[in-house]
Amino acid sequence: MKKEDVPQDLGALGKITKEVCYATDDSGKYTTQLSNGWDVKATALDTAWQNVEERIAAAKQKVLANEASPILFFMEKALMDTEILAGYTGFWQWQVKRHLKPDVFKNLSEKKLQKYAGVFNVSVTDLKTMTVNEA
Amino acid sequence: MSATTLSFNHIQAAHCENGVTVSLLKNSGIGQITEPLAFGIGAGLFFVYIPLLKINNGPVIAFRSMPGLIFNRTCKALGIPVVRKKFRSKETAEAFLNECLEAGHPVGCQVGVYYLPYFPKEYRFHFNAHNLIVYGSNDGNYMVSDPVMEGTNVMTAYELERVRFAKGALAPNGQLYYPKETRTVTHEQMKKAIISGIKRNVFNMISPFMGPIAGVNGIRYTGNKIKQWRDKLGLKEAGSYLAQLVRMQEEIGTGGGGFRYIYGAFLQEAHAYVPNDELLEISNSFTASGDLWRTAAVQAAGIYKGRIGSQEDFNTMGDYLLEIAEIERKAFTALKNIKWQQTNPSR
Repeated sequence: MKKEDVPQDLGALGKITKEVCYATDDSGKYTTQLSNGWDVKATALDTAWQNVEERIAAAKQKVLANEASPILFFMEKALMDTEILAGYTGFWQWQVKRHLKPDVFKNLSEKKLQKYAGVFNVSVTDLKTMTVNEA
Repeated sequence: MSATTLSFNHIQAAHCENGVTVSLLKNSGIGQITEPLAFGIGAGLFFVYIPLLKINNGPVIAFRSMPGLIFNRTCKALGIPVVRKKFRSKETAEAFLNECLEAGHPVGCQVGVYYLPYFPKEYRFHFNAHNLIVYGSNDGNYMVSDPVMEGTNVMTAYELERVRFAKGALAPNGQLYYPKETRTVTHEQMKKAIISGIKRNVFNMISPFMGPIAGVNGIRYTGNKIKQWRDKLGLKEAGSYLAQLVRMQEEIGTGGGGFRYIYGAFLQEAHAYVPNDELLEISNSFTASGDLWRTAAVQAAGIYKGRIGSQEDFNTMGDYLLEIAEIERKAFTALKNIKWQQTNPSR
């Protein structure tokens, strides 16, 4: 890539910091050039976020249909999977998977609910009612 | 709380681990080190596609070697002893960090980016292989040099603890590392390190021992897989898969075919130590490969933006990767065939 071809499409990161890119000058020698971002990259990131939004919406429907516990909704919202959630809560992964079932969730102790609520940064009531307080 | 700020130069780099390696080594006396040299000596260029596994609900693809390896290999090749520690307890991890700072060592830390406060929200996924340097503390806050950022940042003790103990795949477990002592390296040592780095990278990319999913074989494999994605996954998910491929390829700061260009730059810089003109020619091949990776990313973007999406478009995408695999196979074969001894007739 030639130095002058280094993309300068202002993206999310570009507003905070420029990125170092390696590119060649007129004589073919490598040098560095700062970039504001690249459109191709930004849309790849947008696509990832669209997928996240869709997963959250699908999770919400599942909870409302009583096919999953609200933990699924908050887990998707925090971009987590059961492995990551197990890591943050300190539960085993199989326990987290169990807690995703509505019937199991209903009987969870206050202490366990508190753990989930803490990780998702919501109150236990909000956890149960799937309420989101956007800060 | 005591205040320690070490004299430390923040250096911005294209890639986090290269940047941490360069900063820490420069800080301990290795003036010759640059980002491309660290990347090349650490044999950073790689490719692997791990079938069946998924990350963020997409394919697992990496364009560079495992986190931690670049620093370790570079230090080892230059004969610099490394301290690397993981921790169970958050308290011990912080205490050890403080001790290091008091002893005058800036320290590299592996962190997760999901809770990294100065990162834009759009970039905060559960990605645990980011690297930054802590170079001072003041009243419960830590001074942080993140190589992908233009300037330095301050994090509270809690914020730093949270990213050092991020959870999930590749959980950092508070991992930190630094060069144990200040050293200087000679021209001859640099030269040796460069040659061994190239040899290792040749092995990783074209050795038959690496199997079908890693190195240039892995690029071929992925190219062929992509052609099947449309039928297998449906257009929408196939698009998401391609978006993930591009995100891995264009990891923050690698700005387009990224790692291939850094490797091209490495070979040019290597020429100053190992004056073999073949290195310059082969460097051009990596530039060509980087350019083609970029072209492939544009094609992929056409698909995930929904502008194109026929089977023909997927075939074109897959063919780009097959073409790249051939360019890189030839380039690494040429590197393999260099007669290193003859490059130094003066001795």
